[in-house]
Amino acid sequence: MKDFLLLMKPELQLTLILFLLVFVKLGRGIKNDLLLQLIQVLLLFNFVLGFFLNRNGHLFGDLYQSTSLFIFEKNILNLSAYLVSLVCADWLRKSQNLPEFFLLMVSSMLGMFLMISSGNLLIFYLSLELSSIPVAAMVNFDLLKRKSSEAAMKLILSSAFSSGVLLFGISLLYGSTGTISFSEIPARLNGNTLQVLAFILIFCAFAFKLSIVPFHLWTADVYEGAPIAATSFLSVASKGAFAFVFMGFLYKTFLPLGDIWYGMLVLLTLCTLLIGNLFALRQQNIKRFLAFSSIAQVGFILLGVSGGAPLGSPSVVYFILIYVFSNLAAFGVASVISEQTGKENIDDYNGLYKTNPFLSWVLTLALFSLAGIPPTAGFFGKLFLITAGASKGNYGFILTGALNLVISLYYYLRIVRAIFFEKNDVTPLKNIHVSVSVRFGLIICSGGVLLTGLFSWIYDYIQSLH
Amino acid sequence: MIEPGLYHVLFISSALFFIGTYGFLTRRNLITMLMSLELILNSVNLNFVAFNKWLWPGKLDGLFFALFVIAIAAAEAAVAIAIIINLYRTHQSIDVEKTEEMKN
Repeated sequence: MKDFLLLMKPELQLTLILFLLVFVKLGRGIKNDLLLQLIQVLLLFNFVLGFFLNRNGHLFGDLYQSTSLFIFEKNILNLSAYLVSLVCADWLRKSQNLPEFFLLMVSSMLGMFLMISSGNLLIFYLSLELSSIPVAAMVNFDLLKRKSSEAAMKLILSSAFSSGVLLFGISLLYGSTGTISFSEIPARLNGNTLQVLAFILIFCAFAFKLSIVPFHLWTADVYEGAPIAATSFLSVASKGAFAFVFMGFLYKTFLPLGDIWYGMLVLLTLCTLLIGNLFALRQQNIKRFLAFSSIAQVGFILLGVSGGAPLGSPSVVYFILIYVFSNLAAFGVASVISEQTGKENIDDYNGLYKTNPFLSWVLTLALFSLAGIPPTAGFFGKLFLITAGASKGNYGFILTGALNLVISLYYYLRIVRAIFFEKNDVTPLKNIHVSVSVRFGLIICSGGVLLTGLFSWIYDYIQSLH
Repeated sequence: MIEPGLYHVLFISSALFFIGTYGFLTRRNLITMLMSLELILNSVNLNFVAFNKWLWPGKLDGLFFALFVIAIAAAEAAVAIAIIINLYRTHQSIDVEKTEEMKN
């Protein structure tokens, strides 16, 4: 019993929050402001508690595993949920159904946690669905907006189709190996055609979830149509969780098929980087722009993943930690501006520095970090990813990837230029009031962007986990 | 008379999978697209049960998987239909082409 409580602590914490939220929903008369503060405190407690009393081991035979790396990954997800509740506070406060939004978000996180810890294809599939179905409802949260419902329709259909493809792959894998346990699969993989087909189908499903290029078409529409709190959760937490699980699949379960997945990864990485960058160049809407920029970032994550277990795993986890900070800072600024002025175009950001210096600096830091410019943490994240990718000795591939950094520099700095140097005499943005919680969240994000790279023990710590 | 074996079932299930995929990609009505998705999921169920019966009869892994897939498919369809109903309220149509507003 004690084992059960300690091993499943992250999931039990989330379940407790879910129950509390249901009771809050049933009771009446709590104002949105108070409720949001309560939820923020709960999520902060959840994040802090995640560092204590952890234990490694497995439960229910082999169905549930917990290692210190998994616990760290869950802590990153907890952090991202807390930051989403802070930086998107303006939109959340106005929402009529605040508890429901967090019910959906926390249950989706519960799914991600179980997915990270799953030791069996059945548990993996169940928790994957638990993590992706609530997100579709979150995307549709602006019930009256036409774009929101279109985005939700696209998300639910494409995610249902991708899980169909995943299931077909799993069924073929089961047919050819006779087991659904992750620990038994590698010994029974011999590389016959059926297994390769099964692997390709499972890979495709992951590509859908991570929006790797031939499967990325839903991303921009969903990001644009969804309310910005859902977008930021989707782009950070969901992507991070799937990247973690993807690494586990490639490095452990499908290790015997290493040659096949390396070739696929190289091809898809190049496509993802190129297409993400080229489409990001021509975007006018800031949410669509961030969508394509996040596709390009996934390309860099894949570049790190291709490096294999000893280097790839810590560099990807480290990069996602930085990505949480920088992406949420960018989304936070976009959320404040679109919530208070209704403007989402990049041209509207012209001359932002004159009226809103604080928001301008935060956005600049975030974009520098996403572009990978040295003082910020993004530089170190990309450095480790590229070092990991280069460990296989495929230098042409790494060079092409690194050249894409240069393209991405152009479109990130385009926004910085708009903020600081462009004049906007016609309709300058007014001075925007930034509420306390949003300001706090943005300061945490900027602090993370600046400091994560400078404290080298963070990377060493991640490297020591396994 | 031929006794039905693993290959017959696999043939049917693969055919169902590809019919479902074809329907999902070509149909323009959202409800029909959902029906095609159900075809895909049912082909998976057939696969699981057939593999369990003929290849790996020792354990019940495949049967359990099929049961859970049925349950999850119902949950997914429920959310999808709720979203489609809301889409109908905002767009007055459930045709995919008529709901396209966002473009690259």
